[in-house]
Amino acid sequence: MKFKTIESRDGQPNATSSRSTRFLGLCLALGVPILVLFAFVFSPKDDTMDDAVRLLYVHVPVAIFSYIAFGVTAMGSIFYLWKQSRWWDTTAHASAEIGVIFCGLTLVTGSIWGRPTWNTWWEWGDVRLVTTLVMFLMFIGYLALRQVPATPHVRAKRAAIVGIVGTINIPIVNRSVEWWENSTLHQQSSLTDGNLEDLTLFTWFLGTLIFALAYVWLMIHRFRVGWLSSEHDALGYGAAIEERKAEAGIDTEAQAQASEDGGPQ
Amino acid sequence: MTHLGYLIAGWAFGIGVPALYAVLVLRRGRKLSEVVPSDRQRWISSTEDQARIKDE
Repeated sequence: MKFKTIESRDGQPNATSSRSTRFLGLCLALGVPILVLFAFVFSPKDDTMDDAVRLLYVHVPVAIFSYIAFGVTAMGSIFYLWKQSRWWDTTAHASAEIGVIFCGLTLVTGSIWGRPTWNTWWEWGDVRLVTTLVMFLMFIGYLALRQVPATPHVRAKRAAIVGIVGTINIPIVNRSVEWWENSTLHQQSSLTDGNLEDLTLFTWFLGTLIFALAYVWLMIHRFRVGWLSSEHDALGYGAAIEERKAEAGIDTEAQAQASEDGGPQ
Repeated sequence: MTHLGYLIAGWAFGIGVPALYAVLVLRRGRKLSEVVPSDRQRWISSTEDQARIKDE
């Protein structure tokens, strides 16, 4: 059975998009301006942070979804080692790449927030900042490892081990402000102390929802790109093997026929 | 509004970087889907879209 690709109205292949991703994309296109409106217009300024609190509507959601993305990478890695399934390896890889983007944004937006709030862009003695940087670098290493030439299984296995080890850092990053509270400028969770105004809390949750949609949208597309990429690589390997055989003068069809006839190989 | 420059920079990164990444992922997907045969693209469409795929 042969399949046709799905074509959009302009005749171009739809590539990695589908009805569900278009719906998610529409929700995001509507949701981001609403979030900006709540963050800059409707939500109040903070007594201590002043207007800098408006940066946290981006910083906190990207931090949360970097943890989630790396958690999904660990889950995909464990399932890959267990099931040896390309589906799980592709999932782990896609989520790690998105996690690196979100973790990098956590560091950048945190630094931009820190300058007016703490009067410094970066503090090397701060455990939350340094452990987050270590987590970011570990997953940069994960992505770099995936570029090292190897067979797909060996590459996936190596990456899975790094993916699992890297995720051990998540609880350390998350709990660092409590475990080493004298070694950090970073505040503890504001969500649990119950002192937030209603609109502040609502904008925070709206930001988290928008970044959840963004994570899911990116994940679906990046997974499909990963799948296409491995199909492309597989085709490349197949073509390269045939080419080498042709160069060496090995006739695969004649060889198969001889094998069936019981003749010499 | 105080700290306006920091706010603009933070939000520009927060929205701009994922948007740029999304564009790159879409472009890469489009390029790959042109070179991978359609019968090997079974993960690229949703269940609803799969139902619309017809036999050639």
